[in-house]
Amino acid sequence: MHEAPEIHRPQPPTKPGCDRAKSSHQTQRRRGKIPDVTVVVARDSFDTLFAALARRGYECVGPTVRDGAIVYDRLRSPEDLPRGWTDEQAPGHYRLHRRNDEALFGYVVGPHSWKKFVFPPERRLWQLRRGDQGFERVDEPSAPPRYAFLGVRACELAALGIQDRVFAGGEYAEPHYRDTRAAALVIAVECTESAATCFCDSMNTGPGVDAGFDLALTEVLGDEHVFVARAGSDRGAEILAELPTRAATAAELDAARAGVENAADQQQRRIDPEALPELMAASYESPRWEQIAERCLSCANCTLACPTCFCSDVEDVSDLTGEHAERWRRWDSCFNPGFSYLYGGEVRKTTASRYRQWLTHKLGSWVAQFGSSGCVGCGRCITWCPVGIDLIEEVAQLRGAQS
Amino acid sequence: MASATSNVGNDASGEPLLPEPWTVLRAARETPDVVTLEIAPSAGSEPRRPRPGQFLMLYVFGIGEVPISVAGLGDRDAVVHTIRDVGAVTHALCQLGPGDTLGVRGPFGTAWPLEHERGRDIVIGAGGIGMAPLRPVVTAIMADRASFDDVVVMYGAREPRELLYTDEFASWRAADIQVEVTVDHADHAWDGHIGVVTTLIRYADFQPNEAAAFLCGPEIMMRFTAQELVQRGVDPRRVHLSMERNMKCAVGFCGHCQLGPEFVCLDGPVFPWPRMERLMAVHEL
Repeated sequence: MHEAPEIHRPQPPTKPGCDRAKSSHQTQRRRGKIPDVTVVVARDSFDTLFAALARRGYECVGPTVRDGAIVYDRLRSPEDLPRGWTDEQAPGHYRLHRRNDEALFGYVVGPHSWKKFVFPPERRLWQLRRGDQGFERVDEPSAPPRYAFLGVRACELAALGIQDRVFAGGEYAEPHYRDTRAAALVIAVECTESAATCFCDSMNTGPGVDAGFDLALTEVLGDEHVFVARAGSDRGAEILAELPTRAATAAELDAARAGVENAADQQQRRIDPEALPELMAASYESPRWEQIAERCLSCANCTLACPTCFCSDVEDVSDLTGEHAERWRRWDSCFNPGFSYLYGGEVRKTTASRYRQWLTHKLGSWVAQFGSSGCVGCGRCITWCPVGIDLIEEVAQLRGAQS
Repeated sequence: MASATSNVGNDASGEPLLPEPWTVLRAARETPDVVTLEIAPSAGSEPRRPRPGQFLMLYVFGIGEVPISVAGLGDRDAVVHTIRDVGAVTHALCQLGPGDTLGVRGPFGTAWPLEHERGRDIVIGAGGIGMAPLRPVVTAIMADRASFDDVVVMYGAREPRELLYTDEFASWRAADIQVEVTVDHADHAWDGHIGVVTTLIRYADFQPNEAAAFLCGPEIMMRFTAQELVQRGVDPRRVHLSMERNMKCAVGFCGHCQLGPEFVCLDGPVFPWPRMERLMAVHEL
């Protein structure tokens, strides 16, 4: 198992969502603990925020509308944000709609996640050339990109924490991930609305945020369009100090808290995370996998959209002279043919065994490996499954088969 | 206040994904498709000394990288690997000769817990190329023979010409190690056992309740050998297996080698039978 140093230990075990009374404390915490130092930043001050980020050398990346979806990409100004847009999500379904307000963050998560920046879909790991010692490295390790992540949702903060444990929390650290992540500034945005596919409340990863950010914002669309803001680090406090702010009114704090509670209350999908490892380990031989495989296309969309899936493949290449060689890493998926290839054939030949690998890892064995579930309740795997396979429904079916 | 992301990164510095240049000292063809290489670091680096059971990632410039178990330890930093030519990278490795360069990462993974089994009878069960990771166990026992009681090697291959290390059997036997060999398909010259490795157990001299076992070979062979040994009274916790899965990174990043909750690269490749028994019984896990 990965023995992470104490500092990488996950948040204290989350309480299951099925027992609402028992988890009330946790739920309360996740639903918007607003500390006293909270201030408000006016919508009009976003230009100042962007200028403050640029002055510090950050490349601001965040949500923007492209190809009918909200994706994460470079933001040159606040005008690039999806102002006045919202998303409609369901199993295998995603649509953008116009809102009747000017909200900057009036949607949840789309097909992208922040892993594309800290764990790029394709990356050259190294270049070598033949030399006196046989070969030598020719690419000097360069300074990591300096991102400001604007609009990181609570479930995504949890996902970043999970990938921290995968790539930098064990015996080995992946240098590019570790350095990119350490350099990145995280500006979280609490959700005040949920999509139909969201289930962060029961996973205890959202919709409010309480740690892991440099700056946290909660959008309030009242008489004045403002953001309740709080710093989570010195870096965040410095940036906040450069923005025009004023003390939050009680009404604004109430509105922010109510928004986060509204997002939690909207969530219909629920799951009991604590019971999942045992259920998954007991379900290896379930007939349900074959039934899922009748619909599953083994297309890997769920693993690409998932903010925590981390599997990768490598390809070694050389130039025509044979003097220069490179290794490239690309996102891979446990659904891909060849993923489990051994001499003599693949271990997992069937779609049933691949879906089982994905779900039992994500919800079950991940806990033994990394100290937390691999699922953050973002719902991406449900929305972006082309045939609408619903993880919540599959868990219910597996549980039903148990009892 | 600390930085929100200050908990990222740890003491694990360095470049776990970057191969170091090593040089081939010696290359010997064992069988038509198996080669043994003795390799050593090219530069003045001081690599960690691998332990039997662990593996190294061997890289051929521009072609690719594969995990290969340690088949022996040479002088100083030299490491011995026995490689079967089954794919592009292993084919390129099998073409290397003395003075050629290859890339190395590692060592990685868990080792055979031989030091914990001192004073016991030792049962070594090998199938095919699975003899390679067990050869250094035999060597280590021979170097410390008095620390072990009865020792038996049960070794099976598909055909006589695929048997590895046959020229070493005499020295193993001279060290009071029982060597029982079987093949699936005999040729005219073969006068030994015919059948799977488990059929050799009845010829092996050991006290089950005093024995520890080290197994490496096809999963089906390890599974049935482990079951048979346990049935005869060997403590299941003293039955150790070396598992194989697809591996790209060897350090827990790429996800390929998972077997249930286990990362074969980090948690294995050597596992005690109780951790494998249920997992190996699940089809396509």
